[in-house]
Amino acid sequence: MSRFRNWFISAVVLLAGRRAKPGAPQSERILPEGEPRPGSEVLAACLLFGCAFFGAAFVAVYALDRLPWTTQLLGASLGLALACLAAALVVVAKRLVPDEQLEEDYPTAHPAASDSIAQLVQESGDRFTRKRLVVVAAGAATGALSLAAITPALSLGPALDPDVLYRTPWRPGRKLVDERGRPIRADGIEFKTFYTAFPQGAEREELGAPLVVVRLDPGALALPAGRGSWAPEGILAYSKICTHAGCAVALFRTPLFPPAEPKPALVCPCHYSTFDPAAGGAVLFGPAGRPLPQLPLRIGSGGVLEAAGDFSGPVGPSWWGVRMGKPT
Amino acid sequence: MIRGAVRRLDERTASAPLLRKTLRYVFPDHWSFLLGEVALYAFIVLVATGVYLTLFFDPSTKLVTYHGDYAPLQGQQMTEAYRSVVDISLQVKAGLLIRQTHHWAANIFIAAIVLHLLRIFFTGAFRKPRELTYLIGVLMLFIALVEGYAGYSLADDLLSGMGLAIGYSVAMSIPFVGANLALLIWGGPFPGDESFWPRMYIAHVFIFPILIGLLLGLHLLLVASRHHTQFRERWKTEKAAVGTPLFPGQTPRSLALMSAVASLLFLLGGLVQINPIWLWGPYHVSDGTNGAQPDWYLGWLIGALRLVPGFDLNVGDYTLVPNPFWGGALFPLIVFLFLVSWPFLERRVTDDDAFHNLLDRPRDAPWRTAIGTAFITWVFLIFLAGAADRATVFFGLSYQSEIWAFRILVWVVPLVVLFATKRACEELLRIERTGAVREAAEAEAKAL
Repeated sequence: MSRFRNWFISAVVLLAGRRAKPGAPQSERILPEGEPRPGSEVLAACLLFGCAFFGAAFVAVYALDRLPWTTQLLGASLGLALACLAAALVVVAKRLVPDEQLEEDYPTAHPAASDSIAQLVQESGDRFTRKRLVVVAAGAATGALSLAAITPALSLGPALDPDVLYRTPWRPGRKLVDERGRPIRADGIEFKTFYTAFPQGAEREELGAPLVVVRLDPGALALPAGRGSWAPEGILAYSKICTHAGCAVALFRTPLFPPAEPKPALVCPCHYSTFDPAAGGAVLFGPAGRPLPQLPLRIGSGGVLEAAGDFSGPVGPSWWGVRMGKPT
Repeated sequence: MIRGAVRRLDERTASAPLLRKTLRYVFPDHWSFLLGEVALYAFIVLVATGVYLTLFFDPSTKLVTYHGDYAPLQGQQMTEAYRSVVDISLQVKAGLLIRQTHHWAANIFIAAIVLHLLRIFFTGAFRKPRELTYLIGVLMLFIALVEGYAGYSLADDLLSGMGLAIGYSVAMSIPFVGANLALLIWGGPFPGDESFWPRMYIAHVFIFPILIGLLLGLHLLLVASRHHTQFRERWKTEKAAVGTPLFPGQTPRSLALMSAVASLLFLLGGLVQINPIWLWGPYHVSDGTNGAQPDWYLGWLIGALRLVPGFDLNVGDYTLVPNPFWGGALFPLIVFLFLVSWPFLERRVTDDDAFHNLLDRPRDAPWRTAIGTAFITWVFLIFLAGAADRATVFFGLSYQSEIWAFRILVWVVPLVVLFATKRACEELLRIERTGAVREAAEAEAKAL
């Protein structure tokens, strides 16, 4: 058996490896003649065999189940196959094909042809006598058709009704619930920590829904005028959506994290807008242009936190013409 | 045999003269001309891997509960879109390789375009008669940025959701029409209507790739019709392009480069993890994470958004231009306006209407080189500012002081770079001139 195999392999090697006969003499060479380079030729062939080996390895890795590091092995085998191919081609390019430098003239301008095109266009309009009228009419037609062409795009969304941006699910009496929908009690809100709350029984995946809730010392609060009753026991609720670029305000910096800033602050991790929860969400640092909207709270039956109204201002990123004050 | 095949082809298509001319079309030899080719090959890999990914991805925001193989996500609510990307990564055989290769290819595609642009800019290759080729290239860069953003937004992981929220806010901030535009694109207030995901998907897999493909064809057609530019050397003139013919010289070189680019991308895709979305988790409007960074090619925008001081344009109780406009829309607008208008500005200032097939070395045009390097420094510093929070985490620098330092540095350093570069170019030219004079004098002395 092994003898047969040896015969077979030597036959293949002899047949495939024999030198090609010189072809019939050509009329006249186009390319410069070059010396044969058997070493480079063998190197290129070896690299191509390497490419074949790694290509087959890719198939094998795919086929073999329960191999560890499948992604790594697949990537390495395919990458190495292509690397071998690239190397073989470099050998071919550098050593085995004629190295020529040709010259080709840059194209020049064609003034005569250009002028005749211009003349053609000019003469084609000879029969028009009121050109300006036709141009105005054609302009009107183009304009109206373009307008007609983009009109259906208005169906894509409520573009003409930006008032939808003011809507939030918060109403007086709506309870605050946690991620799992359990009502949040006032006595469960501790100092120096930070809670995310949602409106009970309403859609959560909208900018107006999520809140951050924190508890501060009532004596340290400096809320804007008219918000005296908004923070029962020092519990404050703000929209969790940054007024700068709509990210979730997911960081609470408290004096636990000294020593840079003594004040507690709510921070957005996207562009580090920093808001002061003690002062009605006023901007302390960063790119935000308006305060974090505050939600008035009250403590309902059973000590559960609930909204006493809607936010102090529009939630989320601003737009042209947004009213900063309380939306009506 | 070959002769017969070519003849048969020509008898059917009458293409032999064109084909012969094409095979002998000359290609440039300088390495810097390969950057555009690298972008082209990365694009090919992007299309190939992207087609594969479409066979598994589901662009739907329908909520499902995860019951797949990956334990940490068990029982979590997520969209079909996110689940399908998690499945491509963790369940589809070879899926993670193809997905990561796709992501790496996008990063390298845009990097190659940017480097190619720098070569074109600093050698003056954009000058007459190649302004149109240049403009199409800049347009492709812009589309590639939007395409990349749409691509990593589609996965609907936590980072992609945060990125979309920022994109929505930037769209909203555009004067006059911002809110209308954002509501049109998203189909409603953020996170948008259920039709938003299919829209973004069709843009990512169809509209933008086809646009890039068409512009790419046009770009190459224009390059070929004007021939490549070349550096000023003894035997190279404005009259004729010198180089290696497509066949046989250039063919194995280009194929080698294509294989090398594909090899690098698959090695990266297999061996270097990128965007492991199963670790980020699904996006919810109420979630955010510290240390969020976009792909590198949008880093300049996050830097700008972070650097701009808190300032809206307000009138009375109304906001007119909200803050994200400055960093997210005005800044890239300025950058692209600069790129688009530069060839025309330069032509205006230098009053130069000649054909230019020979390239400048950067030193040959001190003002262009100086303004270009200053401009890059400006954009690069803003890019760096986008990583200021990482410096806070790794080196303990105060974030606020860093931002204030950057707010000053981004204006001061480019000015310094401007004058230093101009001076360096002029010195290099002077050294060359005195060298030439000395050589001439020595030759004369020898002759005597």
